[in-house]
Amino acid sequence: MNLDTNPPAQAKRHRALLATWSDAPGVWGFLTTVDHKRIAARYVLTAVALLFLAGLLAVDMRLQLSQPDMGRMGPQGYNEAFALHGSTMLFLVSVPVMEAMAMWLVPLMLGARTVAFPRLAAFSYWLYLGGVLMLWISHALDITPDLGWFEYPPLSGPAYSAGHRVDIWAQMITFSEVAALAASVNVVATILKMRPPGMTLARMPLFVWAMLVASVMTVFALPSIMLVTSMLISDRLVSTHFFAPAGGGDVLLFQHLFWFFGHPEVYIIFVPAIGFVSAIVETFSRRTLFGYVPMVLAMLGIAVLAFGLWVHHMFAVGLPRLGSAFYTAASMAIALPAGVQIFCWIATMGSGRLRFATPLLWVIGFILTFVIGGLSGVMTASAPLDLQLTDTYFIVAHLHYVLVGGAMFPLFGAFSYWYPKATGRLMSERWGKIAFLLIFLGFNLGFFPMHLLGLQGMPRRIYTYGPEMGWGTLNLVATIGTFVSAAGGLVFIANAFLSLKRGAPAGNDPWGGPTLEWATSSPPPAHNFDEVVVVDGVAPLWAGDGRLPVMTGLAADRREVLITSVIDALPQYRHRSPTPSIWPLIAAVATSILFIGSIFTPWALVWGAVPVGVALAAWFWPKRPRAGAGGQE
Amino acid sequence: MSEPRETRVAGDVAGLPDGAMGAANVVWWGNLGFMLIEGTAFALAIGAYFYLQSQSLAWPPAGDASPDLLWGSLFTGALLATELPNRWVCARARAKDAGGVRRGTLMMALFGLVLLSLRGLEFAHLNIRWDRDAYGSVLWMLMLLHSSHLVTELGESAVQSAWLRTHRIETDQFSDVQDNCEYWTFVVLAWLPIYVIVYWVPRWL
Amino acid sequence: MRRSLALLPLLCLAACAGAQSSLDPAAEQAQSLAGLLTLATWVCGIFYLLVLFFLALSLWRARDRIAKSAMPAIEPSEPATRRALFLWSVLIVGALCVLVTASFLVDRSLAEARARDALQVRVTGHQWWWRLEYRDPASGAWIETANELHLPAGRTARIELGSADVIHSFWVPNVAGKMDVIPGRINSIDVTPHREGWHRGQCAEFCGLQHAHMAFDVKVESGPAFDAWLAAQARVASVPIDAGAARGAQVFASSCAACHAVRGSAAAGRVGPDLTHIATRRSIAAGTLPFSRGALQGWIAQPQALKPGTMMPAVPLEPADADAVGRYLESLR
Repeated sequence: MNLDTNPPAQAKRHRALLATWSDAPGVWGFLTTVDHKRIAARYVLTAVALLFLAGLLAVDMRLQLSQPDMGRMGPQGYNEAFALHGSTMLFLVSVPVMEAMAMWLVPLMLGARTVAFPRLAAFSYWLYLGGVLMLWISHALDITPDLGWFEYPPLSGPAYSAGHRVDIWAQMITFSEVAALAASVNVVATILKMRPPGMTLARMPLFVWAMLVASVMTVFALPSIMLVTSMLISDRLVSTHFFAPAGGGDVLLFQHLFWFFGHPEVYIIFVPAIGFVSAIVETFSRRTLFGYVPMVLAMLGIAVLAFGLWVHHMFAVGLPRLGSAFYTAASMAIALPAGVQIFCWIATMGSGRLRFATPLLWVIGFILTFVIGGLSGVMTASAPLDLQLTDTYFIVAHLHYVLVGGAMFPLFGAFSYWYPKATGRLMSERWGKIAFLLIFLGFNLGFFPMHLLGLQGMPRRIYTYGPEMGWGTLNLVATIGTFVSAAGGLVFIANAFLSLKRGAPAGNDPWGGPTLEWATSSPPPAHNFDEVVVVDGVAPLWAGDGRLPVMTGLAADRREVLITSVIDALPQYRHRSPTPSIWPLIAAVATSILFIGSIFTPWALVWGAVPVGVALAAWFWPKRPRAGAGGQE
Repeated sequence: MSEPRETRVAGDVAGLPDGAMGAANVVWWGNLGFMLIEGTAFALAIGAYFYLQSQSLAWPPAGDASPDLLWGSLFTGALLATELPNRWVCARARAKDAGGVRRGTLMMALFGLVLLSLRGLEFAHLNIRWDRDAYGSVLWMLMLLHSSHLVTELGESAVQSAWLRTHRIETDQFSDVQDNCEYWTFVVLAWLPIYVIVYWVPRWL
Repeated sequence: MRRSLALLPLLCLAACAGAQSSLDPAAEQAQSLAGLLTLATWVCGIFYLLVLFFLALSLWRARDRIAKSAMPAIEPSEPATRRALFLWSVLIVGALCVLVTASFLVDRSLAEARARDALQVRVTGHQWWWRLEYRDPASGAWIETANELHLPAGRTARIELGSADVIHSFWVPNVAGKMDVIPGRINSIDVTPHREGWHRGQCAEFCGLQHAHMAFDVKVESGPAFDAWLAAQARVASVPIDAGAARGAQVFASSCAACHAVRGSAAAGRVGPDLTHIATRRSIAAGTLPFSRGALQGWIAQPQALKPGTMMPAVPLEPADADAVGRYLESLR
């Protein structure tokens, strides 16, 4: 940014801010950083690495199923593969990557220096990493969880699953959910209290709305799975009877609590994608989005509805009929807000002037793919019809269409769109388009046949099938599609890595975007923005006379951020932002020890709490002047 | 558009205060988030209790005794009583009374110890083991969930007390004391439905 | 996308028939669901085509490749587009009403109390096989068999579902939707098959290591044929007359009776499937292998090789004894 008063003074201020907000060099800086951009980058890279690993598991499974009676994998190996694939994708990739994108982007879109709770952000990553390591090191040690990504009791209970595989699965969830909750509270507080002056709720970018909605949903949904997995560990470790019919427990209690989390979870994954798509559509249609208010209302509608639908995952358990009629209607109803959003995006594109760069291709791919997933979801929403479709490959097709088409495609578009901001370089357009085509075509070739396989009677989670079933051809086609898609994934990753050195320099604003992140340099400096930007509309960089209004006055010699009011973003006070610290890492290590220990003994909860408490005290211990003698002020 | 943007100065924020109390403070929202998370967990645990009860022929199941009313009611009375000094500490924090919050947080930490002891006696008189049946399991779950908050509140008050005693107190720390008081109130309020469920529902059904 | 859509009807035609297919209904229940599936596919298909059409139209209209220096626009909402959004919403709500109503009607018809004299069947899911019991209308006794379900055409059977261990799911797609088999709970499902023939059912809820091999054959036959079959199943096994089979019976009594039952002999084990009339069944090991003496002997000799993780232990037998047991089991018609 140039201040129009005094360039040398401005440069001096910029240097002072850099000095205040930069991390220590080397390993110590790496371990103590509270820079939201660095933490988010770690999160994204870890999630992408896991996406790759879980993708390898998928390739393994597809090879095993490509023909009848393939002997590549036995039942144990196959069961571990689908359990690890699903658990990794849903708990360790999809939700964390969305949160990471929020952690990186939200302060930048809000013209803010950092997130509301920087040390909590660091803690969130380290704890997430703890969960990742616990799960994948277990896999290396051959104690992989092997009962799927939702391990129903009694199969997962003490009577039918000896050993610790189930406990590892359950605690991995605890790790990732505490990390997710921490990240979500951070995002909500940042969005509500750190918006730039003038950015009322009605002027927030749609991506920011999406992350607000997804984060609030997280706060209400994730406690359920933490509770239910703790109850499962408790049944296994100390012989409680939550899910044991013989002791008065109920196996369906697990399913209700699980899906009370599980259904909102998939919308927690999808709603941020709504944000990505909206941002990309605006920039590449060269106009603000049509239907801002319907879009926001649709997101809120999805969020509320999502909490009332969980029973549609349980249509086959023998529910009272009145219940199933209600849940059918509610589950189908979610097609309305989704349909409204699709209309708004298409209408924006149709009345804009399109630029067919890679991010826009991903949006088009998203529409073509996600709508199929949504429609197959409308079909499965019907309780009686679902009795033919649930637990078959039709559902495998549906869930991948909505998760890959609805979340991954927008995510890849978002990577392509914001890569220049994060790295200062542009990815290759040509290879980006090739990657898109391979992934898009490969995905559809791979998963569309699965709708038919499900209708032809192929159940889920089977490691093989006989030749007489007639499923061989479609399975082979699906496997081929997977390989095409995997090739595309490799091209995408190669493009991302190679462009770091060989990409064209991007400058601040290669795409001509409307939102504030494009006003700062690429990559942004440690403190993001030299001054506080004032906003008076929904597209601050497209409005006005080209000069950005700013407010001076935030200190440069200490970490200071501006806090504004919740609804109207009026400046309220200057907040001291926490400095880098090793304590979030230590707290995460202590918490990991507590979680892992409690797989083996309940006393770990008691003894493990002590180091956690110490670490937390040190973390929050404010560094202020000591009291004078006699306890005066 | 790839060049840095021109700017013009529209205002200055240096004159703003350097701290705030209550909902104006960003940390308050973190506290609220935590209360919503824990509150949801309580609500779901209570839901699980009633679900299991609805699946059961008798509640408590035949042969199970209800918890002793005495210790639970004593604890509840004591907990409600601590709300009065809690409100006092809150007021002292809002008034930015350093001496008041130093004394107050120490007092609340000591009360926390008393409450934990009473809670221990409650556990000893629940009259059922967690592994006897689903009723015992869910009872212990509700009690342990709430007890974890008593422990964290005690820890928080103790650490705050130690820090306040030895440092100069600024607006941010008065705000932290206020946040802690509000959390204490949450812990008190969260207990009330659990008290009714643990001690009275088995007697009424 | 267009390519896949064009392929769909062709694939459907080719793939409709099948012994375990919801696209090939052989019962009233599956028929209703197939009808609902057709309706839902048409409605969803039309909406997809609409979205495709509007997307294509939009891309076509806005296809100018402009220099990025052109000014972007902060557009107000055009009234025409707002009206179109409203219409689109109405269209969606209308379609959802159609689907919800159709779904409700089908659900109601599936739940209608059917014939008073429904055939009563009890199915118990085990890891990884199915215990089946039929209520004899005359005597009221329960006749036990395993892994092969027979149903009379044109009559309703009320199937009660229970589990001996973990959650399974009972699913015969040609006949009806699935119903979970849950320990601590009894579910029930009514089926009214109308077309004779062989079908196949398979467990549809992950239940452990051999979930993939927990299938069962389903035979729908005419009323008289069914009655004859049930009467035969009700009979106890006769004492084997063939010397080899008789020896096999002795080996069976010592090596197999702990887990298996053959009514009419002393063998009364309930851990594994009832084998009283095993030689009448089409397959063994819950649909894993077609029935034959060789398959049986192979199964007994090496169950872990054929179905790794199965509860059946390897029973080492001398070759002569193995042959004898094979003969004996083959005689259990």
